[in-house]
Amino acid sequence: MSSFDITSTTQPLGRSYLSEITQETLALTKRLFLQLFRRPSTLIAGLLQPLIWLLLFGALFSNAPDDLMPGGISYGRFLGAGVIVFTAFSGALNAGLPVMFDREFGFLNRLLVAPLRSRSSIVFASIIYITVISFLQSFAIMATASFLGYGTPGLGGFVLVLATLLLLVFAVTALSLGLAFALPGHIELIAVIFVANLPLLFASTALAPISFMPTWLGWLAALNPLTFAIEPIRAAYSGSLDLGTVLLHAPYGDMTGYGCLRVLLVLTFGLFLLIRPLLNRKLA
Amino acid sequence: MSLLKLKDLVKSYGSVQALKGLTLNVPEGCLYGLLGPNGAGKSTTLRIISTLLAPDSGQVMVSGTDALLDPLSVRRQLGYVAQEVAIDKILTGKELLQLQGDLYHLNRKQRDLRIAELTTRLDMKNWIDRRCGSYSGGMRRRLDLASGLLHQPKLLVLDEPTVGLDIESRSVIWSLLRELQEKGTTILLSSHYLEEVEALSDQIAIIDGGKVIAEGTPNQLKKRLGGDRVTLRVREFSDEDESLAVRELLQSIDGVSEVVINRSQGFSLNLLIDDVSILPQLRNHLEKAEFEIFALSQSRPSLDDVYLQATGKTLMDAELEIAGKRDVKLESKKAMR
Ligand SMILES: Nc1ncnc2c1ncn2[C@@H]1O[C@H](COP(=O)(O)OP(=O)(O)OP(=O)(O)O)[C@@H](O)[C@H]1O
Ligand SMILES: [Mg+2]
Repeated sequence: MSSFDITSTTQPLGRSYLSEITQETLALTKRLFLQLFRRPSTLIAGLLQPLIWLLLFGALFSNAPDDLMPGGISYGRFLGAGVIVFTAFSGALNAGLPVMFDREFGFLNRLLVAPLRSRSSIVFASIIYITVISFLQSFAIMATASFLGYGTPGLGGFVLVLATLLLLVFAVTALSLGLAFALPGHIELIAVIFVANLPLLFASTALAPISFMPTWLGWLAALNPLTFAIEPIRAAYSGSLDLGTVLLHAPYGDMTGYGCLRVLLVLTFGLFLLIRPLLNRKLA
Repeated sequence: MSLLKLKDLVKSYGSVQALKGLTLNVPEGCLYGLLGPNGAGKSTTLRIISTLLAPDSGQVMVSGTDALLDPLSVRRQLGYVAQEVAIDKILTGKELLQLQGDLYHLNRKQRDLRIAELTTRLDMKNWIDRRCGSYSGGMRRRLDLASGLLHQPKLLVLDEPTVGLDIESRSVIWSLLRELQEKGTTILLSSHYLEEVEALSDQIAIIDGGKVIAEGTPNQLKKRLGGDRVTLRVREFSDEDESLAVRELLQSIDGVSEVVINRSQGFSLNLLIDDVSILPQLRNHLEKAEFEIFALSQSRPSLDDVYLQATGKTLMDAELEIAGKRDVKLESKKAMR
């Protein structure tokens, strides 16, 4: 077989750092999406679940007094932001699972033996994957919310939603990947995800404003990162979007929209910096 | 010149010392066999070469590059096929190869060309577009070999490439390895199959207890055992006196040694000869002394004999001995990154 030439070198010369990182990141991302499309049940469940939340929870309080919610908005309108953020959050919290399975099944070794220009490509691929999915989910939620008469965020609000989700997804994905490398196996990871998920939902302003809560829960909600993502998005849903106004009456003081986003930003970078040494060590 | 040099590798897993100063030189273009029983440290050695594992101490040089200082450039030159195939069940074989090609930064044209070549060469056409989850062990191995070869590595490292495979897959893999070697690829493979190592390798190292205990070409190793074995019967059922007489005669011949009478086999005689060229001479002597030759068989020492000589136990015994001591599940858990 003459075409089967072992000796010729295939190392393309002069490929730049950036183009190699892009190539490996895209290849890894593609794998995650192939997995998703071939097991469409996860995708379908991921899209339907928040819609069911919106429908059922929204209906739960539909006959509540008109002035129940701050600003007099309907409960459905109040809820939309919470569902968007919570959905993105749980999606990102699961980001570590495929990586954990790759560790357990030894597929990660295949990646570690390959001459990856940067092993951060493995992290980037997860982030891209989770971001795309949570954007898809939030599009579906926003469309359904508007269909149910809970309003739309408007163009500026739409951009704000995406930007906020981006920050949240970055932070939580990094956290989940960190856990995927720190914990011994998928059972432990699933346990952590399970335990973290719902309490973080209930101890946030996703389902009710702080003014409804006892002091201790109010404190928790006011410290919960989810709250800082929920409030700006909720502001976009409650009419004119002004991030300069106070959105959160926290026990420690009032927070404006910008304040919330700033906390989120600091949190994202902080988590990233915190988890980087762990990822570097595990992926060194 | 040595393409791969391992020097004084030491590696422990907790209290288990897997490598105890392993030194090995693999010449360029060589097909080198690493032979050893379960738990000898083969996989540990190969994982260190592939940069998956860092040794506690020692040196790893791959074509002049220090693998511990510059792992990236070693990874580029190296194809590694692990003992346990890790595939993604949900991808097709082709998609897995495409992923692999991208991780090695082949451009798309080269990548697809190589995939097509290897698909033909490893006879994977009929199933390469099926999902890996449906593959047999042999198919997975072939796919894994293809993925290790995609980037045309200088050095191919294979950890027990044909353990438990069907005959067809095994022969496809063997013939490819021979062809690769002819074209200049250096290959290091581990095995606990004597047969495999003997059939394929130019050079062999026997490792046991984390150390190289013998190395050389298969012939050299066998020669060290002192030549060929001959079994001789002068009559179907001889007697003691006759066999003693024959023994005396044989011992007087140059190049014959260790003549032993095997009473349980009808007083047949076992002996070692330095070289086959002695055989005609031996027949002559016997005829002159008017001994008949009822049967004469000659066999080369097997690598099993080599292993026995080097370690004092057969490969089989060594495997049985260690089998009870290992916790494979725990090991794979600990090997997780
Ligand atoms: N991850 C691990 N944790 C603890 N001990 C290990 C681990 N991997 C290997 N060992 C031990 O190190 C020694 C060498 O193991 P290694 O896997 O290198 O042997 P091997 O020659 O490849 O054996 P096999 O023929 O079974 O593949 C064995 O005693 C084994 O029990
Ligand atoms: Mg092994």
